[in-house]
Amino acid sequence: MADPPLADPHRHDDHDHAAAAQAQMVTHEPSPEYLLLERALRELLIAHGVFPADAVGRQIDLTDSRNEARGAQLVARAWVDADFKRRLLSDAKAAATELGIDVSNTPELIVLENTPRLHHLVVCTLCSCYPKAILGIPPAWYKSREYRARAVKDPRGVLREFGTALGDDVELRVVDSTADLRYVVLPMQPAGTQGLSERALAPLVTRDSMIGASLPRSPRNEYKPRP
Amino acid sequence: MKARFQVGDAVRVADRWPEAGPARCHVRTPHFLRGRSGTVERVLGEFPNAEELAFGKPGLPKVPLYTIKFRETELWADGGFRLQDTLTADLYEHWLEGTHG
Repeated sequence: MADPPLADPHRHDDHDHAAAAQAQMVTHEPSPEYLLLERALRELLIAHGVFPADAVGRQIDLTDSRNEARGAQLVARAWVDADFKRRLLSDAKAAATELGIDVSNTPELIVLENTPRLHHLVVCTLCSCYPKAILGIPPAWYKSREYRARAVKDPRGVLREFGTALGDDVELRVVDSTADLRYVVLPMQPAGTQGLSERALAPLVTRDSMIGASLPRSPRNEYKPRP
Repeated sequence: MKARFQVGDAVRVADRWPEAGPARCHVRTPHFLRGRSGTVERVLGEFPNAEELAFGKPGLPKVPLYTIKFRETELWADGGFRLQDTLTADLYEHWLEGTHG
């Protein structure tokens, strides 16, 4: 079961039922029964003309075509173009559309800017909500119960495990996407990369840096000029 | 439905546990925030009520949704937090109560 709140132990009795039900729903692998159920349901929906058979394949292709390169494109553009950054922070979907990224029929999107004083870490404690239109399929760790529990009550410990050290004066803000909005982090541009082109910057922007679990790559190891 | 709260307002999350009752329900307010106090960080607009959408209903009228900010040190007894660390969650208006804080 999910870890209960530590500060108020008297609450535990109130939601034992809910916790038990929740524990039942969460398994690590889809069971053979569910796989069979999925197949039966899919075949019925196709047989009844709810959607054509090739729609399944097309949706899988669309899902596969979405990956973190889109997010990296947004971040790199924001680093080199202050006006674009403003638009990205005020209306992320419109800014994504500007770059030719299709975000129609996807949930509302908010981009959160990291600064020297504020670091965001995104989690979905209830399930695994994730900005798929911009980052693709979430990594397994993002969906794990361990991450979802620890991100809210031991986020600095989680960040340490990702190799991310935050200063003592930085506000760490954990963003729990509990409802209709999806969140992407705009990480800080790595030191020493000012003047680099958008194309050179985009490969530095990792998926995890847009979740807030880590920082963008530093270019030093990537292309150090030979003496 | 007009948003009842604005940015900066102090609010308290209702200490309700509908999951513990007999009726089936779908709730988007995490357990660890029930009964906790925070402030309105963003007014997000109106959204269909997810608690009804989950049961195939239209979720209308739409309900105001807010980003509420909490202090981590007030949520957890021990998590290695700095005083300035915060957590935000997006909560529907019917889970929020005004406070005099």
